[in-house]
Amino acid sequence: MDTVSADPSATIALRSTRCALSAPVEIERPESSEAPAEVPDPDVPWVTVVHNDPVNLMSYVAYVFETYFGYSKGKARQLMLDVHHKGRAVVSSGTREEMERDVQAMHGYGLWATLTQDR
Amino acid sequence: MAGHFEPLPGGGAAAPLDEVEISILRSLAVQLMELIGPGEEAPEGEDPLAALFTDGPSEPPSDPALARLFPNAYGGPDEVPDDATHAAAAEFRRYTENDLRARKREDALAVVRALDALGPVGGSGGEGAVDGAVLRLKPDESRQWLGALNDLRLAIGTRLEVTDEDESGELLRLPDSDPRKPMVMAYLWLGGLQESLIETLTA
Repeated sequence: MDTVSADPSATIALRSTRCALSAPVEIERPESSEAPAEVPDPDVPWVTVVHNDPVNLMSYVAYVFETYFGYSKGKARQLMLDVHHKGRAVVSSGTREEMERDVQAMHGYGLWATLTQDR
Repeated sequence: MAGHFEPLPGGGAAAPLDEVEISILRSLAVQLMELIGPGEEAPEGEDPLAALFTDGPSEPPSDPALARLFPNAYGGPDEVPDDATHAAAAEFRRYTENDLRARKREDALAVVRALDALGPVGGSGGEGAVDGAVLRLKPDESRQWLGALNDLRLAIGTRLEVTDEDESGELLRLPDSDPRKPMVMAYLWLGGLQESLIETLTA
C-alpha cells in the first residue's frame, strides 16, 4: 500500500518531465545520418533511401513524407529538398523488416526507394 | 478553373471537368490498368485461394514504365548490384509486387468509377453543366486519385523519357507538329491536377 501512496509530488514532477520531453517532438525517428558508425549493433543499421526522379512533384514527395512518416511540414520539406538537390535522402532507419515496410510503402506512393545497410 | 481541384468543406475535393477532360482521364486510367495487368482473381474454375499462395515475379518488368512503377527495393542507381543485392531484390519483389499491382490497379479503377458516376456528359450532364460535370471526391477517393494521377504521370513521364527537371521546360516548347505533343499536354495537365489535389489534402 505504501507504494501506491508514494509521494505525489514525485509523480507530478515525473509527468511534467515527460510532457516537457514529448511536447516539442514531431514524431521523429532517429536519423541514421547522424553518427550511425559508432553503434555496432548489427540489427539496427538499415536505412530507407529515397532517390530523386524527374517526374514526382516536389509537393507530392513532401506530402508523402508528412503523411506516411508523420514528419513535420518542415522536416518533410527538408527531406524532399535533399532528395531533389542531392539526388537522395535517408528518410528512415531501423531494422531490416521495418525498412522493407517503409520501402514497400514508398513504392505504393510511387516514390523510388531502396533499403540498404548503413555501413 | 477547369482541371483544378478545390477543397470541399468537411474534407474531400471537387473539380469541374469538361467532356474532353473526362474522356481523356478515363482513357488514361483504363490504359494504366491495362499496363499494370490483370488482377489476381483466379481464372474461371480455379481455386480462388490459390492466388493467395502465388508468388509474384522475381525480376523487374522489362517495360521501362512498369519498371518505374515497380522498382527494385535493393540496389540504388549508383550501385552495381552484387549477387546478394540481386537475390534480396528478387525475394522482396516476389512477396510484394502482386500486392502493389493490386493497389495501383484499384486506384486507377477508383478514377474510372468516379468518372463514370458523373453520368453521361454532353447535354443533360449533372450540376447543370452543359458539356461537363463537377467531380466530387470523398477524402478516401482523393487519396486514391492522388495515387493514380501520380502513377499516370510516372508512366507517361517514362514514355516521354523525361530525364531531369529541366526537360519539362523543353517539352513545353515542343512544336505542335511533334508527335509527342498531345502526350506532353496530357502530362502537364495531369501535373496541374495532381498539384491542386495535393493542396486540398495539405491545406
